[in-house]
Amino acid sequence: MPDRTHWLYRPENRPKLWALLMLILVLVLLPELFVHHHAHFQALGFMLDTRIGFFAWYGFITCAAMVVAAKVLGIFLKRPDDYYDD
Amino acid sequence: MTDLALPPALVMVLGAFLIPLLQERARHRLLLGLPLLTLLLIWLVPEQAGLRIPFLGMDLSPAQATAEGRLFATVFALMAGVGGLYALGSMARPLELVAAYVYAGSAIGVTFAGDLLTLFIFWELMAIGSTAVIFAAGTVAASRAAFRYLLLHLLGGVVLMAGILAHWSATGSIAVEALGASSLGTVLILIGILVNAGAPPVSAWIADAYPEASPSGTVFLSAFTTKTAVFALLVMFPGTEILIWVGLYMVFYGIIYALLENDMRRILAYSIVNQVGFMVCAIGIGTELALNGAAAHAFAHIIYKALLLMSAGGVLLMTGKRKCTDLGGLFQTMPQTAVHGIIGALAISAFPFTSGFVTKSLETAAAAHEGLLVVWMLLLAASAGVFLHAGIKFPWFVFFQKDSGLRPPEPPLAMRQAMGFFSFLCIALGLFPLPLYAILPYPVDYAPYTVEHVVSQLQLLLFAGFAFFVLLSQMRRTLTISLDFDWFYRKFLHALAEEFTLSTARARERLEDRVAARIRALIGNLYAHHGPHGILARSWPTGSMVLWVALMLGCTLLLYIF
Repeated sequence: MPDRTHWLYRPENRPKLWALLMLILVLVLLPELFVHHHAHFQALGFMLDTRIGFFAWYGFITCAAMVVAAKVLGIFLKRPDDYYDD
Repeated sequence: MTDLALPPALVMVLGAFLIPLLQERARHRLLLGLPLLTLLLIWLVPEQAGLRIPFLGMDLSPAQATAEGRLFATVFALMAGVGGLYALGSMARPLELVAAYVYAGSAIGVTFAGDLLTLFIFWELMAIGSTAVIFAAGTVAASRAAFRYLLLHLLGGVVLMAGILAHWSATGSIAVEALGASSLGTVLILIGILVNAGAPPVSAWIADAYPEASPSGTVFLSAFTTKTAVFALLVMFPGTEILIWVGLYMVFYGIIYALLENDMRRILAYSIVNQVGFMVCAIGIGTELALNGAAAHAFAHIIYKALLLMSAGGVLLMTGKRKCTDLGGLFQTMPQTAVHGIIGALAISAFPFTSGFVTKSLETAAAAHEGLLVVWMLLLAASAGVFLHAGIKFPWFVFFQKDSGLRPPEPPLAMRQAMGFFSFLCIALGLFPLPLYAILPYPVDYAPYTVEHVVSQLQLLLFAGFAFFVLLSQMRRTLTISLDFDWFYRKFLHALAEEFTLSTARARERLEDRVAARIRALIGNLYAHHGPHGILARSWPTGSMVLWVALMLGCTLLLYIF
């Protein structure tokens, strides 16, 4: 292996990686301008899933909530990994 | 046409015992030939005209072909063959190979069982085979985990047997058919099956036992036990409403525990519970679309989960490390293993153009179709969560993350071939779902590839990924495990037993002391009265006798005079 660290791990490349991620996110949001989402629950009068960007923010918010939930549960559930060793 | 109605399972189960007798090339041929032969038989057993054996007044049919059974048996045979190839690369012990093939064969036996007794026999054979697979890893931790695993599964087996007997005595029928949880017998059967599915409260056995097996052992284990449970639920309990909520619990349990976990193979074990939760939930919904979804998802899941565990197993074999805190940066020297791991991760996350996308969406569509808004919203959140806990977390922490300085080479060729084949299947099924749809239990009227569906799925997943990187600092890996229900039998009951032993020992000591004191007092008394100086044993002088006699005679004389 070469002595230099891989470009992925060089600090100067981190902003570029974030920019790439942002670019991808913008790209997947672009189709919102012309794709029409049909309502999955029209009979119930639930129209949230037809709004622009529903799947994007729903994915983000629920994942953030799951990370927070795991963090909180971790306070009570985490033990050193030799906990069961006799 | 009954001459071909040989139970396909028998070929595999009996053939497995030839493995240790053969050497090198012959063994390789057997390992790949047995699953192929079984696969052939699976599709040659005629439907309807199954083999019938009368036994103790019951009518056993050990080779009954159904659409569901064939679907599951096909992927089980496929898994055994590719798993065998992988095991050749990782130099698995013959004991493990025999156990794994008996295990796979009995899983196929369950899918061809036309009666509950045959199902039960293969069910227990699976428990024994899988325990031996774990045990074959040869470490102390593995043999302990194997023992805990066996205890739990024998317990589940007892409940299942009790249920079968109660059901038989109540209805006189032991046919494998849709039962519905309506009587004591069927409820016990349901509980017995759910133990194997990893349902609450005993979900912990999956993450406890599977990651202790060898690299190839874990690959085998991930496929059969939980998926035969899915098969049994699918055939016997479709539309049982409680399964919706059991499934949703499992889905989120898997995500939360996987997020907390540090061991890469335990992360993937928790994600088995998560994935099986999707299937259990769909079986609870119970419409044709939902059952198709559960069956198709199980088929795809076995392949991509095995692929993920093969990738993790390759890392474990080459580095000897399994904790995320020790790993990272491996993509530099293990690019192929990393690519296979990433393909598995994309498939499990149901990325468009992978097998997960065309199968799991049947389940969410079924929830929407039935107007189950809450279930649909939760499944959607869970789909995002899958990407979070398995889709990104696994490849990120193992292959990227920080540079751990480890520079292991790629795993042996046979292991890479096995991974390559499953990677190919993950993508092929995603691009061409129709062959899979054609062998599902019910006719499929569903088009996964609409622009709307692809776009919304991509948004859901990529923003879930965005959340991962934004919150990365919150997910720093720690050298910890997480408490679970197994705490009750590993710590609480253990402590209880210890306390019981100590206090009963103390009580026994006190009792012994008291009894000993009594006996000592008794002996003391006897000694005092009857001992050499005891009052009753003392020797008296003759003179005093004469004196006393003279006295008594004197008294008699006096009485006579007056």
